[in-house]
Amino acid sequence: MIKAILARMQQGHRTTKFPDQPMTLPERFRGYPVLKGSNCPPSCQLCKEVCPVGAIGTEPLTVDMGKCLFCTECLEACPHGGVSYGNDARLATRKREDLVVVEGGERQMAYALERKMLSLFGRSLKFRSVVAGGCNACEADTNVLSTIGWDLGRFGIQFVASPRHADGLWVTGPVTENMREALMLTYEAIPAPKLVVACGACSISGGPFFDSSEVHNGVEKFLPVDLYIPGCPPHPLTILDGLLRLVDRIKE
Amino acid sequence: MSATLCLTQNGNAIRRADIPLLSPDRFQENLVEALDSGWRVVSYFGVPEGGELFLHAVLSSKKEGTLGVVATSLEGKRSFPSLTPCAPQVHLFEREIAEEYGVTFEGHPWPKPVRFQGPLTSPGGPQHKPVPIGVMDFYRVEGSEIHEVAVGPVHAGIIEPGHFRFQCHGEEVLHLEISLGYQHRGLERRLVGKPSGLMLKQMETIAGDTTIGHTLCYAMVIEGLAGARVPARGHVIRGIAMELERLANHTGDLGAISGDVGYLPTASFCGRIRGDFLNLTAEICGSRFGRSLVVPGGVNFDLTSEMAAKLTERLRAAGKDLAGAVQLLWDTPSVMARLEGTGTVSDLVAAEIGLVGPAARACGLNRDIRRDHPFGIYSMSQIPVVTARTGDVYARTLVRWLEAEKSLEFIEEQLHQLPGVSVREPVGAPAPESLAVALTEGWRGEVCHVALTDHAGAISRYKVTDPSFHNWTGLSLALRGVQISDFPLCNKSFNLSYCGFDL
Repeated sequence: MIKAILARMQQGHRTTKFPDQPMTLPERFRGYPVLKGSNCPPSCQLCKEVCPVGAIGTEPLTVDMGKCLFCTECLEACPHGGVSYGNDARLATRKREDLVVVEGGERQMAYALERKMLSLFGRSLKFRSVVAGGCNACEADTNVLSTIGWDLGRFGIQFVASPRHADGLWVTGPVTENMREALMLTYEAIPAPKLVVACGACSISGGPFFDSSEVHNGVEKFLPVDLYIPGCPPHPLTILDGLLRLVDRIKE
Repeated sequence: MSATLCLTQNGNAIRRADIPLLSPDRFQENLVEALDSGWRVVSYFGVPEGGELFLHAVLSSKKEGTLGVVATSLEGKRSFPSLTPCAPQVHLFEREIAEEYGVTFEGHPWPKPVRFQGPLTSPGGPQHKPVPIGVMDFYRVEGSEIHEVAVGPVHAGIIEPGHFRFQCHGEEVLHLEISLGYQHRGLERRLVGKPSGLMLKQMETIAGDTTIGHTLCYAMVIEGLAGARVPARGHVIRGIAMELERLANHTGDLGAISGDVGYLPTASFCGRIRGDFLNLTAEICGSRFGRSLVVPGGVNFDLTSEMAAKLTERLRAAGKDLAGAVQLLWDTPSVMARLEGTGTVSDLVAAEIGLVGPAARACGLNRDIRRDHPFGIYSMSQIPVVTARTGDVYARTLVRWLEAEKSLEFIEEQLHQLPGVSVREPVGAPAPESLAVALTEGWRGEVCHVALTDHAGAISRYKVTDPSFHNWTGLSLALRGVQISDFPLCNKSFNLSYCGFDL
C-alpha cells in the first residue's frame, strides 16, 4: 500500500487543463487546412491529383475534411504553398457540408445541441461505441479520453457497455458489410431521442477504404449524423473539443 | 536441408521464374520435409493467374537466417490434400485459401469460414456471399450441465468486433471458438496495380495500432522490388518509430492487464504514459500513430539534434514513470496471484500452432524477426530478445515489460547517434515478374508482406499476414480449463488485432 502511495506521488496529477487552458500540440501536427488559392498558378491540379482520397477541389481551392487523412501528399506535391495544415485541432462540425473548407469561406465549427436535446444530454451524455471496420486508431484515441490524462467523466460524458444505457451511438470505421446489421441493431436498441457521432474519416466517407466492395463509405448512408469528427485518426483534442461544443461547454 | 526452395533474404526480391513450381504431391512432401527440419510457415496463399490457381508458401529458417519460397499449381482441380493434420501451423492459411478461392482441403479437421468474405478471384468484388456473417457450425460440447456463452460482435468497451462462443461447465471453459470477419474491408482486393499514395494509406490502417510495423513492411517490399536503397538516417528514424510503437502498445497492455485484475493504480498510470509515448511519435511526424512517417525509400520527416535531445529527455521521464507503475504489479501479491498460472499455453502447443511475437516468447519460443531476419537498423544495432518460460498471463506481462525496457534503451541510443544527412531516396518502378517478401517484428509479432508483380511491374497479388492471424488460436487454447471470468484478462494479455486478421 505504501508503495502505491509513493508511486502515486511520483506520478502526480497530470489531467489536461483543457478547456480552461489551451493545449499545446506538437509542432508538426496537421490540423485545420490553411488555403492560399492566390498562390496557385492557373489550372494547377497538382494537389488534387496526388490526394489519395479525392479530398481536394480546385477553382476554388477546397479541402473536404470529411475525406482528408491529413497526410503529407499534397504538401509534398505543391511547390506553391497553396495547401498547408495549421496547428488548430478544432475540426468537428455538426453538418457534413461544414467539413468542406473553402478559402475565404465562413468557418462553422460544431455548435450546441438544440434546447430540448441540450436539457436532456447537456450534463449527462452516454455513448455506446460500435466499431464497424475501424483500424483501432480512432478507437484508441477515443478510449484515451477516459484515462486520467483527459478524464472525460468530469464533463458528464461516458462510454457505456449497453446500448440500453446510452444516449447516442459512437461510430468508427467505414461500416463494413459484415458489421452493418450489428450496427443497425445497436442503434435500434438505444432509447430515443438519440444521437449519432461519426468519429474519423472512415466513418464519414470511408477513409482510405472508400468505394471498397465490402464497405459502405461511412455511416451517413444508414443513420442521421449529429456530430462529425474528422481526422485519420482524430486527435483526442479534436474529439473532446467537438463533444464539448456539442454539450455547450465551449461556445466561442 | 533437402527441401526444394528458392532462397531469399528479408526485404529482397526474386524472379518469379526462379521459384520452384512443384507438383501438388511433391509440394506437400517438400513442405513437410522443410517443417520437420525446422522451417516455419510465415505466409501461404493463393495466386490466381490465367484461370489457374497457384499456391505459394513462404518459409523462414531461424537457423539459416534465410527465407524460402516454393509454389505449386492446383492443375485445374478444386481440391487439395490438407497439411493441417501433420502441420497444424498451416490450419488457418488453408481455411483462408479455401474461402478465397473455393478450394477444398481434404482432411482439414476444422473447415470453417475465416472472414465470411466473397471469393477473391472476382476483381470487381464479391459475386455472392457464400455464408452470412457469423452463421457457422460452432463446436458444441453436449451434456446436461454444459452451457454455452455467446459474446459479440459488439463488445462492452470501445473494442473491435468479433464473436466468441464458450462451452462451459459451470465457470470452467471447456472450449472457446472465435469467429471473426466483422472487420473485413476487402483490403487485399484493393492492393493491386502500381504502388500509390492510396495503397500506402491502406497499409497504415491494416491494423491502425501497428502503422509503423505494416508500413515498414510495405516500404521494404516496394524497395526490394525496385532495388532501392534507404539512407542510414532513414533506417534509424524507422527503428525509433518502430520501438516507440512497441513501447506505447506494451504500456497500454500493461495498464489494461492491470485494469482487468482490478488493480487501478498501474492501470491509470499506464493509460496516461502510453499517451506520452504516442506524443513522442507525434513530435516526429505530427501523428500519434506514425501516419505519413514511413514511405518507400525512407521516411518523410527528419529529426534535428535539438529535437533528438528533447525527445530523449521526454523518453527518459516517461520511461521512469513506466518503471514505477509496472514495479507496483510485481510488488502486489493479489495481482501476481491473478496473473500466475492463468491462461497457460505450453511451448509445444505454441510451436505447433506457430505463435509469434511476445505471445510466443512468453512460452519460451525464442523467435524475433529483429534478430532472426534482421532488417534496417536492426542489421547494425542488435536488440536483445526476451523470453519467459511459463506461457501464462504473467509471462506475457513480464515479456512486455522487459521488451519495453529494451526499447527504451534502444531508442535512446539511436537518438544519440543519428547518422548521415538524407532520410529519403527516390524509389524507381518495381521490377516485373518478381516476388518480394518483407518481415518486420511489430509489437504484436511478426508482420509479413509478400508482393508479386506482373510483366508490367504492377502488383498482381499482395498478401498481408498480421501477427494476429497466427495468434488468435493461441488465445482460444489458453482458455481451456480457465474460469470464464478470466477471459478478459487472457484476451488482454494477447491483445490481438481484429482488423489485422480480417483485412
